[in-house]
Amino acid sequence: MADFVSTASLHAEKNRATATTESRATRWVLLALAFGFIALFLLLPLILVFAEALKRGVGPYLEALGDSDTLSAIRLTLLVAAISVPLNLIFGIAAAWAIAKFEFKGKAFLITLIDLPFSVSPVISGLVYVLLFGSSSLLGPWLKSYGIEILFAVPGIVLATVFVTFPFVARELIPLMQEQGTGDEEAALSLGANGWQAFWYVTLPNIKWGLLYGVLLCNARAMGEFGAVSVVSGHIRGLTNTMPLHVEILYNEYNAVAAFAVASLLAGLALVTLVLKTILEIHYGHAIAGSRGH
Amino acid sequence: MDVRVANVRKEFDRFPALHDVSLDIRSGELIALLGPSGSGKTTLLRLIAGLETPTRGAIYFGDEDASHRTIQERNVGFVFQHYALFRHMTVADNIGFGLKVRPGATRPPKVEIRKRARELLDLVQLSGLEDRYPAQLSGGQRQRVALARAMAIEPKVLLLDEPFGALDAQVRRELRRWLRDIHDATGHTTVFVTHDQEEALELADRVVVMSQGRIEQVGTADEVYDTPNSPFVYGFIGDSSSVPVKIEAGQVWIDERPIGLSVPAASNGDATLYFRPHDVELLDGCSGCIAGTVVASRRVAGTRRVELEFGGHQQRVEIELPVEHPAAQKSRVAFRPRRWKIFPQEA
Repeated sequence: MADFVSTASLHAEKNRATATTESRATRWVLLALAFGFIALFLLLPLILVFAEALKRGVGPYLEALGDSDTLSAIRLTLLVAAISVPLNLIFGIAAAWAIAKFEFKGKAFLITLIDLPFSVSPVISGLVYVLLFGSSSLLGPWLKSYGIEILFAVPGIVLATVFVTFPFVARELIPLMQEQGTGDEEAALSLGANGWQAFWYVTLPNIKWGLLYGVLLCNARAMGEFGAVSVVSGHIRGLTNTMPLHVEILYNEYNAVAAFAVASLLAGLALVTLVLKTILEIHYGHAIAGSRGH
Repeated sequence: MDVRVANVRKEFDRFPALHDVSLDIRSGELIALLGPSGSGKTTLLRLIAGLETPTRGAIYFGDEDASHRTIQERNVGFVFQHYALFRHMTVADNIGFGLKVRPGATRPPKVEIRKRARELLDLVQLSGLEDRYPAQLSGGQRQRVALARAMAIEPKVLLLDEPFGALDAQVRRELRRWLRDIHDATGHTTVFVTHDQEEALELADRVVVMSQGRIEQVGTADEVYDTPNSPFVYGFIGDSSSVPVKIEAGQVWIDERPIGLSVPAASNGDATLYFRPHDVELLDGCSGCIAGTVVASRRVAGTRRVELEFGGHQQRVEIELPVEHPAAQKSRVAFRPRRWKIFPQEA
């Protein structure tokens, strides 16, 4: 019996090799294409960024990073991310909660609206804020009379970044929460928990991996956003320049080492995000499998 | 705790799920809500729990109108069909959850909660599993944990939604007996929903048979089985056979011949005769009976099911015979129902 099984499985493997797999040559070509493409378009530029940044050695590299304008760009980028990520975290949970846990009119419309920033060019997102708060708009001069600057100042950059990044958390949570349904929350309420306790002890642990994943992507985009921010920032050195904008300015001034030094920080952020994302996906996968288990 | 459902109506998006349902549940009773899917049984259970609010009517806990009380205030233990255990918590934390979320003044200390969880695990015969996670338990074990969790808050009423629905047949039977034991030991007023009549009849003190958002009959297992009060209950509970008949002069007629059953009180007209296929009297030739040609004969467990064709319209009816009975070998069989009921033809 055991012999029979092992022979059968051997046969199955052999059969599969001939029936559903391409010939050796085709396989080789496909693999070469895939790896070649990745090497050419992703790996090579990444290596180049670091190579250019360190072309004149570590000294000039650190010096470029220590420049006061660069430091202020890094600070601004961190500040913008620190404001927009929590905002979108709250918005994302609220929107996903509303969409997944209750029925209301205009639900499909809300889902479409959440996707809007993905389908609109970031430059347009920035221009919208220029129209809304610019000197020829209604709101701009009125706010200015109270001493509130939106455009070409930090609030404008935050607004544009929030707009561009708001789908990330919500998009990640909606399918997860829809799949989990309301059973666990009902159980918590029937055991005497109030709404906040049900959320804190039951809902949040159920969505934590998905939430972290969304926050991670949201953060990467918030720090790396160029288009929308570029329109509203005004490119004032040391004041309204974020890291991606600073890279552009330095590059346009033919200051390659400094430009690539700052770019290497962004690339490093991308790499860290990638590693964390992979780790989360492993956990997140388990969490999903666990939720399907019962 | 007595629970009284008074003239409750529930609509979902204008579609009525329950029409004017009234039900009295006595303290300490074990009640089954039995019906096919879509009969409104789960809706009724969720209304009692406070997971839904009635469109009209009221629900009383004791003498108090609980209709507008929240689920937290009602203090009910609810067991969900798919358990709804918190997967990120251990078994002990699941059971202790209801105590942990109590407001500070009434919350027992941690050690006490842990002790209570262990006692409940003993009660549901899962001692020693307190540090497992739900994913590490079998379906039957999860359902026991869900029950222990619901009982931890010392509920006034225990409500179970298809508690054994997702389990395989053998585990179901085992848990059924076990639930009865737990109920007898703790004395909670318990209501459970099921679509399995065997489960309802075996387990419950009283069975509430529901269909299309209405209660058809409420009674003990004997009552609903022996004296069903509607064609639906006759058809839904146990096997039944039915034959269209005519009532005339206090007699039941098929094809212009009386079959030897008299119904003095019934009015004349078309009607349907219901009986249990096994509850028949076999006759040798007859002057008043149902006689037909055997068209099919199947062996089902300990009995033989015989399908007879009779009358000018080739109607068919099924009866059950003992396997060894000589009549099972014949090509013509005559019988008369021993216990039966006539329902007038519905308009």
